[in-house]
Amino acid sequence: MTTTQEHAPNPAAGDPNRPIGFGRIQRKEDPRFVRGKGNYIDDIVLPGMLHGAILRAPVAHARLVSIDTTEALAHPKVRAVITGKDLQGLNLAWAPTLSADVQAVLVTDKVRFQGQEVAFVVAEDRYAARDALELIDVEYDVLPPLVDARRALDPGAPVIRDDIEGRTDNRIFDWEVGDAAETEAVFATADVVVAQEVVYPRVHPAPMETCGAVADFDPVDGRLTLYETTQAPHAHRTLYAIVAGIPEHKIRIVSPDIGGGFGNKVGIYPGYVLAVVGSIVTGKPVKWVEDRSENLMSTSFARDYIMQGEIAATKEGKILAVRTSVLADHGAFNATAQPTKNPAGFFSIFTGSYDLKAAYCKVTGVYTNKAPGGVAYACSFRVTEAVYLVERMVDVLARKLDMDPAELRLKNFIKPEQFPYANKTGWVYDSGNYEPAMRLSMQMAGYEDLRREQREKRGRGELMGIGVSFFTETVGAGPRKHFDIVGLGMADGAELRVHPTGKAVVRISVQSQGQGHETTFAQIVAEELGIPPESIDVVHGDTDQTPFGLGTYGSRSTPVSGGAVALVARKVRDKAKFIAAAMLEARPEDLEWEKGRWFVKGDPSVGKTITEIAFAAHGTVPLPDGIDGNLDAEVTYDPPNLTFPFGAYICVVDVDAGTGQVKVRRFIAVDDCGTRINPMIIEGQVHGGLTDGVGMALMEIIAFDEAGNCLSSSFMDYLIPTAMEVPDWETGFTVTPSPHHPIGAKGIGESATVGSPPAIVNAIVDALAPFGVTHMDMPCTPARVWEAMQGRARPPV
Amino acid sequence: MQVSMTVNGEAVTRDIEPRVLLVHFIRENLGLTGTHWGCDTSNCGTCVVLMDGQPVKSCTVLAAMADGHDIRTVEGLVVGGALDPVQQGFMEEHGLQCGFCTPGMMLTARALLDRNPHPDDSEIRQAISGQICRCTGYATIVRSVQWAAAHPAVTDTAADGAGTGESNSEEVTA
Repeated sequence: MTTTQEHAPNPAAGDPNRPIGFGRIQRKEDPRFVRGKGNYIDDIVLPGMLHGAILRAPVAHARLVSIDTTEALAHPKVRAVITGKDLQGLNLAWAPTLSADVQAVLVTDKVRFQGQEVAFVVAEDRYAARDALELIDVEYDVLPPLVDARRALDPGAPVIRDDIEGRTDNRIFDWEVGDAAETEAVFATADVVVAQEVVYPRVHPAPMETCGAVADFDPVDGRLTLYETTQAPHAHRTLYAIVAGIPEHKIRIVSPDIGGGFGNKVGIYPGYVLAVVGSIVTGKPVKWVEDRSENLMSTSFARDYIMQGEIAATKEGKILAVRTSVLADHGAFNATAQPTKNPAGFFSIFTGSYDLKAAYCKVTGVYTNKAPGGVAYACSFRVTEAVYLVERMVDVLARKLDMDPAELRLKNFIKPEQFPYANKTGWVYDSGNYEPAMRLSMQMAGYEDLRREQREKRGRGELMGIGVSFFTETVGAGPRKHFDIVGLGMADGAELRVHPTGKAVVRISVQSQGQGHETTFAQIVAEELGIPPESIDVVHGDTDQTPFGLGTYGSRSTPVSGGAVALVARKVRDKAKFIAAAMLEARPEDLEWEKGRWFVKGDPSVGKTITEIAFAAHGTVPLPDGIDGNLDAEVTYDPPNLTFPFGAYICVVDVDAGTGQVKVRRFIAVDDCGTRINPMIIEGQVHGGLTDGVGMALMEIIAFDEAGNCLSSSFMDYLIPTAMEVPDWETGFTVTPSPHHPIGAKGIGESATVGSPPAIVNAIVDALAPFGVTHMDMPCTPARVWEAMQGRARPPV
Repeated sequence: MQVSMTVNGEAVTRDIEPRVLLVHFIRENLGLTGTHWGCDTSNCGTCVVLMDGQPVKSCTVLAAMADGHDIRTVEGLVVGGALDPVQQGFMEEHGLQCGFCTPGMMLTARALLDRNPHPDDSEIRQAISGQICRCTGYATIVRSVQWAAAHPAVTDTAADGAGTGESNSEEVTA
């Protein structure tokens, strides 16, 4: 395999006197996982626990006429059957979404998408619960569905949300950013203007573990313990307090080991609420775990953006402006999980990595009879859609100008001296150095040789394509003054306790779904304090044990919680200085720090290690005024800005001229996420995202027929790449630290998911150039590629 | 109905409904939760266990069909307190992230190495092609299996579905 990834361990690793901080170390969580000792939601078994199952609507749009639960209730193993009417009595039939809308927990009036929750059965075992679903008799009055988002605003379109008083159409919002007039002026005078519709179809994060919950309500003290597959346990706690009226101090959310999230596990789903209701009603713990079809049909999808792109440039290839109008399909309820002020997420970063004179975008969100959701699948709050649009448009422009796509990008990058860079839509890019990353990827790829090979193959009628993309990511929200979820500012807490023997526990507010937090955050403390990572436990995923914070999504764990952990460790280090000074009978200002110890300036032999200081902190040494007898600290970190990781990707594809089958032969990914904490984990994050990209570019789509039936409701139809469809990834990196982050780190979790789809599609379109193809939409299945080769490329929706 | 089988070297007998899937039997009747469930359609492979040394998707096998057979789960990979080289390889080469597909991947890898101790990368990819990992992008899984191939355990020659450790007997019979 070809890789320029660093595999060398931290230089300090071999020296027992210099404990490791940053560098490649094995993950602390792996010993339990490789033994099958993870603790996922379905592994949790409580005494007397019952099992819940959800009856779901078979149609996309229908009036609910009646529900008869008599037979189901008569089933000997059934303990409860809950309907929308029952929830109305509890004032729980509708729950607020994360986007200031409401969503039905169970249908009371009208079914609004296929797979919507209609009734909940609680039974003694999971088989019986499923059996009882068959015994519920529901009568529907089927209504015409609205499936095509392009028709959502037609005058005669069915109004989906007649539950909202006064609503007469399906428009959720219109949102615009940038200067329309300034942009129009640039477009009007530009040498070259090209336009292209670009569709990012609906896809699904489909983590290997589906969503689920175990609710345990104690009627005596009114306390709810809720085990949940959630990426944001603290935000959920507050929302349950608001939704269910249970006092927040009586709610404990436990997010155990999570079998992948990718944004699928950010929102609150009806199933979670129903498990809680089931536990309240029966007085027993209730487990609900959805099956794969439920996961694909009802939980948070991603994308579904129809984008009209325009790009303006000089004839020499200087890009001047970009403009787009977007139709965003949000499904039946507006339940996207994103900052309040950003109804289209961070889509306005669609100016990409280029120095532009003007930019403008308008996004219109609409309701359709499809599942709700919309911000998921490692999308970085819709940076995924933004990068896909601009990187596709730059390639369309390159073709128009007959320029090499890599050359065109190099010509237009924001220059290193322009950072911090304020773009035309209100973002301030913290740092960047794009050209070296682009050059490195071209060097790794052997770009000129690839182009030569392509020319030779074209001469023989073989279809080879080379695709380039360059992305700038936007991750790590807050600052809290700009970004909130339902009013909760996007900051994160950390608490650090160093025990008397020098072992430490750090408690964080973000939750891992596989990213390796137990390792990465221990390494940050290790780097700051010199305590070895194996002597540091990271506690997360339990609201009773961790400080408040907004959770893991949008690649925010390292940018936000990583900052919190670095700062809390520095707070401990500063405190340790005063204690060391007391121990050494020296003045604090006369001490100097090296990793793991404070010593007297000019006399390194006189010093105290962090372990010695920790014992003294809890010991008998008289402490200076204002210094508590411990070595603990806590912080809440409110980041001053987002971080802006970037990367240069090159994809090489071969297309079978007879079948349209695409083979991703090579993929070169150069990423810059600033300071690198654990290169092994970073590489893993990149590999996973690249595979997502192959999935979306080649095979993944949540499709519907005209009646609103979901055609992608199992892994038979929703295809995900296996080891056979992906190449051996070639990764490289550059390092441009964030100037404002405490350790210069930027976040990496979603970079590859953001950056890879345009590289793959650009490669396929490049391969199809001999057929005059200048664009095709994902997924590039053999049939759709073949159609494009026949001049019949069509959008997927 | 009553079913009897050997699980990780221990004989087990249980009364079950005839329709119970092997994955549910292993997880709920035996309490061995290292075997996971991820789809309804035999596509994802998080439920893979070894039946008579061959990988099977335990969501597509009735417990009754396993009657009289030898089952090995992830809990049976540790032999005599020592990790299987495959387990070690997954840790060495970052072959897992969320860990949900990992037991199935490791068992398939073990079966592969038992019949082909020195597979090339394409043979490894072929072997795991019926299983999905959403996190790793597969390259590190391939490296993990290669690590295991390069570091065989002394007991590897004897390793098959029946060669399991005492350390798990309590869990099976509990």
